[in-house]
Amino acid sequence: MIELKNVRAGYGTPDAFVAAVDDVTLTVNDNEILGIAGESGCGKSTLMRTLYGDFSGGLKMAGGKVTGRFTDPETGRTTESDAARFQDLWWDVMSYVPQGSMSVLNPIMKIEKQIVDALPKREKKGGKAELRQRIIEFLAGFGLPETVLDSYPHQLSGGMRQRVLVAIAAFVRPRLILADEPTTALDVVVQKRILLMLVEIQRRLKNTLVLVSHDLGVHYQMTDRIAIAYAGKIVEVGPTAEVFENPRHPYTEALIGALPRVGQKGERVGLEGRPPSLASPPDGCRFAPRCPQAQAICRQASPPLAEKAPNHASACHFR
Amino acid sequence: MSEKPVLEIAGLHKNYRAGGLFSGKQIAAVDGVSLTLDPKPQVFSIVGESGSGKTTLARMILRLVEPTSGTIRLGGRPLTGKDRDRIDDFEFRRLVQPIFQNPFEAFSAYLPLDSYLFATARNLKVAGNDRDAAEITEGALRSVGLSLERIRGKYIRQFSGGELQRISIARALIPNPKLIVADEPVSMVDASLRMNIVNLFKTIKEEKGVSFVYITHDLSTAYYLSDSVVIMNKGRIVDAGAPQEILANPREDYTRELMAAIPRLGERWPEIEAIKAEATERARRAAPWPERGGLPTPGSKSVKKAGAPSGESLAPEPDVRLPDCTTSSRRNA
Repeated sequence: MIELKNVRAGYGTPDAFVAAVDDVTLTVNDNEILGIAGESGCGKSTLMRTLYGDFSGGLKMAGGKVTGRFTDPETGRTTESDAARFQDLWWDVMSYVPQGSMSVLNPIMKIEKQIVDALPKREKKGGKAELRQRIIEFLAGFGLPETVLDSYPHQLSGGMRQRVLVAIAAFVRPRLILADEPTTALDVVVQKRILLMLVEIQRRLKNTLVLVSHDLGVHYQMTDRIAIAYAGKIVEVGPTAEVFENPRHPYTEALIGALPRVGQKGERVGLEGRPPSLASPPDGCRFAPRCPQAQAICRQASPPLAEKAPNHASACHFR
Repeated sequence: MSEKPVLEIAGLHKNYRAGGLFSGKQIAAVDGVSLTLDPKPQVFSIVGESGSGKTTLARMILRLVEPTSGTIRLGGRPLTGKDRDRIDDFEFRRLVQPIFQNPFEAFSAYLPLDSYLFATARNLKVAGNDRDAAEITEGALRSVGLSLERIRGKYIRQFSGGELQRISIARALIPNPKLIVADEPVSMVDASLRMNIVNLFKTIKEEKGVSFVYITHDLSTAYYLSDSVVIMNKGRIVDAGAPQEILANPREDYTRELMAAIPRLGERWPEIEAIKAEATERARRAAPWPERGGLPTPGSKSVKKAGAPSGESLAPEPDVRLPDCTTSSRRNA
């Protein structure tokens, strides 16, 4: 569906260009849930914005190529595009679930107007009343009553607001939904409800969901494939079950090993050190300074992301 | 102080007023909480979702919020009220220290971080002069794996969240407190660094004999770290005991609901398995998508059949059904 080839994207500072996404090659397939995991500052949100073609706020693409190919399952018509023109497809072929529903929804505008404003023209052909009726039916499917439409955001709970955002993204039946930390700051019970809603939408529309989250547990539950980002690079990508069972990259292994689990009392240790600055990344493998298995070569040559098992790639010299 | 409980809370209430001047009503944020921490150094976790009252409880222990009624005692002496025996502010700060959630907000951007540790040492009269203060600061930083040299003259921006949280802990250790109240101390810390902080609590408990009140929504770190856990819901304690007892084999409905909602590794939610299995099955049969509302929905019977014991389903929600995706305006247009 979307192919990233050697993409370099980031932000210009007075001193230099900081690449938050550096030489990333990644394929997003039709009909899958792809997870992007990593810690804060690893470039996962920038990667997401590159996938979405959202080059606002100083984000620039400095190299590589992002191409998209979207097939409408009903008409069979195929749309080809590249990142620079993805904006024409927003809220139509692709849509976005942002994080932080309180800061995304306009506090002085009723929910109905906010939904209608986001929709493409074709949805509005039937007239205002017909559209409202369709939105009501649609929201009812997410357990949201009609009164939501006439509410202001502050009148809704955090979980309800987030459901409104998911509903807006799904209403246009897009081929691609991008969700950036859609459940941060929500309680576990509410989080589960939203995650189930996202899976159900994806399986129903047979479209693609790209889910960015720092929570590996969420990825384990939700995703079909997972990409692990570290310091602007993808260090491992593969089928989720396999990555968790048999992690290839030492960083993935450390992340999984650091997670405490209910029912297991054994000692868990975190990694030492901290991720490198993206403004001046180290030579060689970016994880080498923290890697317990690092050798001399790791500090000199940057390992490419290479397939080590079917569909399972890692960027490590040894594994 | 040795025989009396470190912390003893009895019948604690905190009400807030919500709404207008005349139409307003009382909301009980903490509604009759009693608990006791024995003198033995321990990590005592208070677990709950947002709005459960856990932070209000922590703020009352930290004396930042005045209780509506009830008593809090430290080492047998009251924290509130007009008792002659009452612990005064200065003494309180030497006995109890806080660690807050967001390490980036715990320090000012305009002061070097070592000055916070110095000020704590001097203000609480732990150190009589600057040389002693430096020595005590160094000792506290060493116990969290840092050193004065590392942080001297440096500002908040020069550290990661994990390092800042360690500095917060070092600051809290300076007066040699009996109790540290940590409100969501690792929720802002990255996953790869989180366990270092959590393990630090364990070490400090064992080596320095400090007890912790650990406030969190994260059941897995609570399980890992604590000697005792209480679960709060709507201002009340709904479950209490050793973590192995109440979390590994939850008996209370609310605890079970929480446990069932954790996105765990190694164990897929039955609801997700059901949704995915159904979709695969449909694809195999190449059947058209079902009529309106045909797919199983969270909490519906067909999901439970897929293996979720009752009580592990989501909180009931009226009619969570996806609308029909097959009729499209694209086709209509």
